[in-house]
Amino acid sequence: MIDLAELWPPVRLTLQLASVTTVLLLVVATPIAWWLARSQARWKEAVAAVVALPLVLPPTVLGFYLLILLGPDGPGGWIAGLAGGRSLAFTFEGLVIGSIIYSMPFVVQPIRNAFEAVGDRPLEVAATLRASPWDAFWTVAVPLARPGFLTGAVLGFAHTVGEFGVILMIGGNIPGETRVLSIAVYDYVETLRWAEAHILAGGLLVFSFAVILTMMLVDRRIRRVQP
Amino acid sequence: MRPFPALAAFLALLVGAFPAAAADVRAAVAANFAEPAAEIAAAFTAATGHRVRRSTGASGLLFAQISQGAPFDVFLAADQVRPQRAVEAGLAVAGSRFTYARGRLALFSRDPGRVTGPETLATGGFSRLAIANPETAPYGAAALDTLDALDLLPAVAPRLVRGANVAQAFQFVATGNAELGFVALSQIRGDTGGSAWIIPADLHDPIDQDAVLLTSAADNAAARAFLDFLKGAETARILEFYGYATGERG
Repeated sequence: MIDLAELWPPVRLTLQLASVTTVLLLVVATPIAWWLARSQARWKEAVAAVVALPLVLPPTVLGFYLLILLGPDGPGGWIAGLAGGRSLAFTFEGLVIGSIIYSMPFVVQPIRNAFEAVGDRPLEVAATLRASPWDAFWTVAVPLARPGFLTGAVLGFAHTVGEFGVILMIGGNIPGETRVLSIAVYDYVETLRWAEAHILAGGLLVFSFAVILTMMLVDRRIRRVQP
Repeated sequence: MRPFPALAAFLALLVGAFPAAAADVRAAVAANFAEPAAEIAAAFTAATGHRVRRSTGASGLLFAQISQGAPFDVFLAADQVRPQRAVEAGLAVAGSRFTYARGRLALFSRDPGRVTGPETLATGGFSRLAIANPETAPYGAAALDTLDALDLLPAVAPRLVRGANVAQAFQFVATGNAELGFVALSQIRGDTGGSAWIIPADLHDPIDQDAVLLTSAADNAAARAFLDFLKGAETARILEFYGYATGERG
């Protein structure tokens, strides 16, 4: 009665979305986190607040703005026009953009904390050994901040897997393209196919528990290793 | 232990603040019917003094909530299946089910002059066609029926985007993210601009929308009065303005 083959595409799509988003987020978030950790600018906390906004904004607010920004009246429509399209809404690329914004604070904050924990001293030592700032960043700061990168990547991935409201508003529920796990669960509940909903919901529950537990255990180990 | 008498007094005050005579009717209303329901509710309040608290959403989700004990008195669905199921499951009062409105479907674009008729769909020139999710929303199912009747389903299927309900399908078109969309005629009755083709009713199964009295409100006079009001002449006038055909009366 339950068609397991039907449950797979949303799972695969969700893993793809979360993976792409996490990789891009690490690229985008690292310079931001570095700047937030090192800059003396007085307005840097304002930037930090902007990055943290998705923590408190309802997904409907993000989804509403994204729907307009991705559409033909916004920059997304212009970008889509380059590829002959009309709107970035209802595309995988559009979901990636939405997910990057939505999960940004979960990646920036741990990396920023890790960079701040590194402090000035190791970088000064590197400078006296005539390492360029670029060198010092890659060979000293990044390796020392590794736990922050790990935490950020795991949280960013998990948070993207759990995304619902934003995707509901900009996705268009296209099977294989924008119909992610959370949307599939919503559909199954609505169409009274609760057996399928139970399988996916239970899977998400176990996954989320495993992620959080792993994070906590890793965190404890790191703190024991680096007092 | 001291805060509790104060709390009890406060709660008593709250309860006392609502006059018992004018009871609230808690209505679960299908998304496509949100606007007419607001007007009908206002007319009902003016006529009887009872207020109507409306919760709008997709019929399927409302049904799921009702089955889990959501605090509603009446259920105005977008279809007949879910009210029927509610009766079968003992969630709704047998014999209270009736068709309060028959929905009309329209093909809509926010660009003036774009939609002229079936040829708008046939000639292409659009990248996205928004519909309500056909599995959950009757307007979505009617949209698929229509495309099928026009022999256009295979051609446009890759360009379909699905809103969670017909309200979202309209929103996709209104923001320009989809050039075209199948919406409820009621949604474009106001000053929405753009262009539309009202789908001939013989291209899809009728979108009959049923209402039921929920079991928990079986003895609620205000709820019964509201359902009677839905069958009345004043409601019929509002339905007509919003482009609904009235259901079988009686």
